Amino acid sequence: MIALGRIALAAAAVLAIGSGLNVKGIGAAELSDAAAFTEPAERIVALRRLTEAQYRNSIADIFGPEIAVAGRFEPIVRPIHELISSGAAGAAISPAGLEQFDAMARNIAVQVFDAKHRGQFVPCTPKVEVAADPACAEQTLAPLGRYLFRRPLTAPELAFYGRLANQAAAATGSFHKGLELALATMLVSPNFLYIVETARPDPNRPGDLVLDDWSRAARLSFLLWNSTPNEALLTTAAQGRLSDDAELARFAERMVGSPRFEAGVRAFFADMLLFEKFDALAKDAIVYPYFNSDVAKALPEQLLRTIVDQVLTRDGDYRDLFTTNRTFMNRPLASLYQVRVPASAGWVPYEFPPEAGRSGLLGQAGFLALYSHSGRSSPTLRGRAVRELLLCQPVPDPPGNVNFTAVQDTTNTAMPTARIRLSAHATDPVCKGCHAITDPLGLSFEKFDGAGMFRTVENGAPIDDEGAMDGAAFFGVAGLGQAMAQNPAAGQCVAGRALEYASGHAVDQETDRIEALAGKFAAQGYKIRALFREVAASPDSYRIRSKPIDAGATRVSMNKAEQSNGL
Amino acid sequence: MAYDLTRRGALRGMVNGAAVLVGVPLLDAFLDGNGTALAATGGALPVRFGTWFWGLGVNPPRWYPTKPGANYDIPEELVPITPFAKKINIYGNFNVPLDGAPNLPHISGGAAVRTGRALTADRGLPGESFDVTIGDRIGTRSRFRSLELSASGDARNSLSGRGGGNLNPSEGSPSAFYERLFGAGFKDPNSASFTPDPQVMARRSVLSAVSEQRHALERSVGADDRAKLDQYFTSVRQLENQLEVELTKPDPLQSCMVPPKVTDKPVSAEIETVIANHKMMTELLVMALACDQSRVFNMMLNNGASSLTRIGSTITHHQLTHEEVLDQKLGYQPEATYFLTRIMEAWGDFVGALDRVKEGDRTLLDNTLVFAHSECEFAKFHTIDNLPMMTAGSAGGRLKTGIYVDGAGSPISRLGLTMQQVMGVSVDTWGTQSMQTNRAVTEVMV
Repeated sequence: MIALGRIALAAAAVLAIGSGLNVKGIGAAELSDAAAFTEPAERIVALRRLTEAQYRNSIADIFGPEIAVAGRFEPIVRPIHELISSGAAGAAISPAGLEQFDAMARNIAVQVFDAKHRGQFVPCTPKVEVAADPACAEQTLAPLGRYLFRRPLTAPELAFYGRLANQAAAATGSFHKGLELALATMLVSPNFLYIVETARPDPNRPGDLVLDDWSRAARLSFLLWNSTPNEALLTTAAQGRLSDDAELARFAERMVGSPRFEAGVRAFFADMLLFEKFDALAKDAIVYPYFNSDVAKALPEQLLRTIVDQVLTRDGDYRDLFTTNRTFMNRPLASLYQVRVPASAGWVPYEFPPEAGRSGLLGQAGFLALYSHSGRSSPTLRGRAVRELLLCQPVPDPPGNVNFTAVQDTTNTAMPTARIRLSAHATDPVCKGCHAITDPLGLSFEKFDGAGMFRTVENGAPIDDEGAMDGAAFFGVAGLGQAMAQNPAAGQCVAGRALEYASGHAVDQETDRIEALAGKFAAQGYKIRALFREVAASPDSYRIRSKPIDAGATRVSMNKAEQSNGL
Repeated sequence: MAYDLTRRGALRGMVNGAAVLVGVPLLDAFLDGNGTALAATGGALPVRFGTWFWGLGVNPPRWYPTKPGANYDIPEELVPITPFAKKINIYGNFNVPLDGAPNLPHISGGAAVRTGRALTADRGLPGESFDVTIGDRIGTRSRFRSLELSASGDARNSLSGRGGGNLNPSEGSPSAFYERLFGAGFKDPNSASFTPDPQVMARRSVLSAVSEQRHALERSVGADDRAKLDQYFTSVRQLENQLEVELTKPDPLQSCMVPPKVTDKPVSAEIETVIANHKMMTELLVMALACDQSRVFNMMLNNGASSLTRIGSTITHHQLTHEEVLDQKLGYQPEATYFLTRIMEAWGDFVGALDRVKEGDRTLLDNTLVFAHSECEFAKFHTIDNLPMMTAGSAGGRLKTGIYVDGAGSPISRLGLTMQQVMGVSVDTWGTQSMQTNRAVTEVMV
């Protein structure tokens, strides 16, 4: 305990570095004073908080799937009309959030150095188990630190974590307890919890910055595999070869061809399609008796399996996601869809007959239920989701002073269907503008209720599922799917999202880049692999928009909805 | 420490789940004559601050009193607060000028109340919420800087944070909340024995070490990221502080009684489940305050565009406010108003739970200031002027109570300024643009 007290004192002294106190031999203290006053060549250009999936995947990749990650993750705020990937670049860690990260870190560290697992991670034998062994501690911590921080530890960092392990080992009388504390410290470090992107001056374009090799390794890996860079990436980064365009392209090609690209595709579409909303999806149990927690859990998985099958397994055209009848089914979903599946199986491939009208992602209960109310469907929410998520066309919010008196309640027998109720909006010029954007296409979903079940009547009145989008008229989700597949905005939208997802900031001002990428995407048959290979291999993806280092904090951007609502 | 045993013997546990203390005269010996300080240590009883949020406003003619000043009349929708009206203030006629920024429905109002700023885009809060500012003033020495709760179970439902991507996530599970408060690391202030946990000492050292990375990172970041790192290191300091508290023998607290463990019940949008969850959370929160585990809290009953439903209904609270016909005879929407009634009852329960805990000759409510508000005035039209607000409790006698204040159309940020000043934050001007104000609500300040 006395020794631990010393650690605390030493660390406290380090905290005072800013005021000129120098503690030799510990961490940042060895930075020369000059470094604080000259602008460093390497500059941190982004701190992107790990998402829950990225954290879990990193731990599983580094320590193996046996190491359990138990805890709750502070959610990352999604900026409206943007990706969580963009939100992650603005995400701070609150006291409650850090408390959770700390609890997870300690729990992981205990498992890693328990008797069962330590053999995999401690490459040496401590001289005695009950005391510190500085050499063995550093030998253990250096490779772990390199994986966790996605770059080698600096010499002062390694010395620091080693010292922490040694002092904790002396205090607890256990070499492994010492390692445990050092590892727990790394796991709550901002160097782990944030993907720290660093850039250096671009040799080809004076004044501009490009990501350094370590940041390129992390970006490739999180973009394509949604996990931490592996040995091959780190080795190549160490050799400086990821700054070479050809090498970068080779990596991109290999990584999108790997089975691990599935994790990246899943993460991308979960972000693009707002899957965090599934966490809060609830349906009224009396109105929708077929909807239960097993169904709720299966819905996002069914969408993702359909996507992965179409764009990866079959290497198909992205646009066919709006028309395909192929999907996957499990038993809870079979009862919701009222179809038969083999009694024993978990997930099985399933093809809807064309007359089911369930074409593509938009005909799946996951989409239909998510964009409905808890007790009824909503053509407006569904239409808005199609516009905003799949076509990247933000729909303005209702005006603050909107008068809804024109819309009558659902029990009114004179207005049995959503179409009739919504037509009331058309009488109000204020409502009409926006509802004309969402409702005509949203009404084509009406043969599916708020839980995504098929129906032909609402309140006893037959449902008309005619829809329209940008001048084209059609019937049902199948008709909408055809219209979506032919809409160039669908391909452009996913291309723009891929750029945003990679860079961690909104790109809607960079129309030239989006159009160029969308053009290549189209030319290559709308293949998602090709799209991500293009994003990952393009040198442009690693250029940093120049921004002075001391630019004021911009916490609130201009209202994009305002700028882009010329629909 | 014989008093501990005496106290234990005198406590009678929980009635209907709420902490009830029967007479423990011996314990009053620890308070000074006014019941405001611990005679044993000379330390003052803690004063707490919290917020209580509900979504979708009120029916203004049925909610606001008609007569400003003390002894306000209690209109129909305020009936649930009747027993505590002497301890509750109502604030009406405070406006939310947005200076041309759009009124993002169900978002702009709550953000303006809490930050004194107009949202220009939905990217989290437009600035630091004043509960966080108050937490910096009064919350840094307790085990938890603040406690955020969402009765509807949604971690993203929060109006507390430092702005932008910094939002304090809400706890949605009573059992997880219990573990956090009273599980490992909790030190009963009334326990006779105290042994610092060596593991905790080690952890505190580890966290101190994390701060070491600050300099190396900050030397090369831009302003956005530096702000983020500042927030990260603030969180580290808070966690260190939490461990420091766990390593220090706490002062005895008369009203602190460790509640029994709780088991989560399923929470959905169905209002009964949310009300039940709110009740469980409230009971835990009250004891967290009585045991001085935190001095700041934020309770969210529902979300802004309330997705509450009644079992079997095809329509949510939010939809009802927009689509239900305004009953011409009644003058309001009866189905939507059902939810409001239940919400006001929950607020009454919340205030009552705080008021049942005695602290000397006062109650926990008296030693607390709770600021309650919604995100709009009349949800049907998304109006945000005249947004309904209340305070309960007197912050240990620093606020006059039992008053209806008519703001006469002045900016709503006056409330945020007032709350901060009452809680000891050194601030004389707060808010931006038309919401910038230096006029506290002096009618209620002592």
